[in-house]
Amino acid sequence: MSDNATFRRRGRWLTGGSVLLLCAWVLGPIYLLFLNSFSSPSAVTGFPKHWLPSFNLDSLQFFIEFQGVASALWNSIQVATLTMVLSIVLGAPAGYALSRFEFRGKSLFRIMVLMTRAFPLPLLALPLAVMYIRVGLDDTPLGLALVHTTLALPFAVLITFSLFSGIPVELEEAAWTMGCTRAQAFRKVVLPLVMPGITASAIFAFVISWNEVFAASVLTVQHRTLTAFLLTSLDVSPLPLKFAGGFVLVLPALIFIFLVRKYLFAMWGIANR
Amino acid sequence: MPSRGLPYLLLLPATVFLAVFFLYPFTQIAWEAFSGPGGVTLSHFATMVNYWKFPAALENTLLLAVAVVPLQTAMALAMAVLVSKLEKGRDLILYIFTIPLGISDLAAGLIWFAIFQQTGFLNSALHALGVVHTPVIWLGYQSKWVIFLAVMLAEIWRATAIMLVIIVAGMGLIPKEYGEAAEVFGAGPWQRFRRVTLPLLRPSLQTALILRTILAFEVFAEVAALGGTNLPVLMGETFHWQFDLQDGHTAAAFAIVILAISIGFTLLYLRLLRVPKGAGI
Repeated sequence: MSDNATFRRRGRWLTGGSVLLLCAWVLGPIYLLFLNSFSSPSAVTGFPKHWLPSFNLDSLQFFIEFQGVASALWNSIQVATLTMVLSIVLGAPAGYALSRFEFRGKSLFRIMVLMTRAFPLPLLALPLAVMYIRVGLDDTPLGLALVHTTLALPFAVLITFSLFSGIPVELEEAAWTMGCTRAQAFRKVVLPLVMPGITASAIFAFVISWNEVFAASVLTVQHRTLTAFLLTSLDVSPLPLKFAGGFVLVLPALIFIFLVRKYLFAMWGIANR
Repeated sequence: MPSRGLPYLLLLPATVFLAVFFLYPFTQIAWEAFSGPGGVTLSHFATMVNYWKFPAALENTLLLAVAVVPLQTAMALAMAVLVSKLEKGRDLILYIFTIPLGISDLAAGLIWFAIFQQTGFLNSALHALGVVHTPVIWLGYQSKWVIFLAVMLAEIWRATAIMLVIIVAGMGLIPKEYGEAAEVFGAGPWQRFRRVTLPLLRPSLQTALILRTILAFEVFAEVAALGGTNLPVLMGETFHWQFDLQDGHTAAAFAIVILAISIGFTLLYLRLLRVPKGAGI
């Protein structure tokens, strides 16, 4: 019996040790980027590196004041916000329809949504670049946001589908019997219940757009997003600019993932079906 | 209830959107790739194949996927099992493990660049340990395998989280009773994992592998940040032809190659990990 107990104790130590090691593997590299961003430019290019931050803001200030960075940041925010709005406005009604109705063509629509994930979507930017010049959408935030929406829309549909499925139809039916119209029942009963989940999927859409590099670099010229700006200036930008840029890119994503962490698993669980 | 048309009305915006911005552009890629001044032509593919970097780009892209995806699958499975064993702090650990999910490939490339660049943290650590006295150039054009390794590490670091999330979600769908029953019949932890968890996890594994492999073929920004042009990959060359050389036709030919290997691998996974009808949970 005592053999068994030591065995189990050893197993626990092994589990704990592995978990710590994996946490260090994930957090360590982020710490190093953080270290570089909060060091003076001379420390960033210097050698050997220090292992503790000096909380010097010169690198970040250099980055923010660098020609083109402020507008790139603003463009990224515009594109990500547009993507967020578009993917919810288009995706949520589809998610609701999938969860509440049986109709012909339902499985066809689901297949189309799932198919989008079997394609390298950023490649869409190539033909759209030509199409946009024709319709005047080239180099605009909206044009890029439309491509990013193809990335985010499948997620929005699947997440909202699972959210609406989690709310009993009986709640809506009860509201109808009390004299609500379909639209009223939706607005007063269903909407408040799904709002947190919708917000989460909106945030997720924002992050997808904020992080996207390829389509952003192909479709923007004058109005570069932050990722496009950083990518196309990789050859010429000094080290402090790269690392401060990387940090500014990572920071909002960290916060947003923290906010939506509860929904991550629910939405992937349903995406398996 | 006048709702026969309602579902179609609700699906209309998303359907129209996907038709215009997803289905139509893909027909355009094919058109760009196969069309020339005199009708249908394979000349753009000839240009692509004769481009001196094409064999290396194809090879690097495939090798990276082959090197990265199996390791990530194993790591994601191990992490998911570890998390399921935790008694406390489970949510915190899961949050930490999924942080890279929100990090863009470009940022991941820059993070690992901070480690591997000449005055970076790897050289600093080696210097502190007395292994090297002057900083070594790790990411130079003479040492392609180090660039390859750095990209591999960056990919594994960043993109294992997406597989983890899918697998954890899938594990949550497996009833606990199955494992308990196996335990009653004397199955050890490894046997339970191998004979109960893994087979039941097949749908999730399939999703995770398809998604991850397709994303692996799209590797781009990490390579740009770590190797510049020293490690050609398909997506990077697509960008080069579209953006620097302004040759949309050849860029589209590259795109068709990426598309073809993506679809090929998707079909392969669908076949290999076929989920028998009605056998799911």
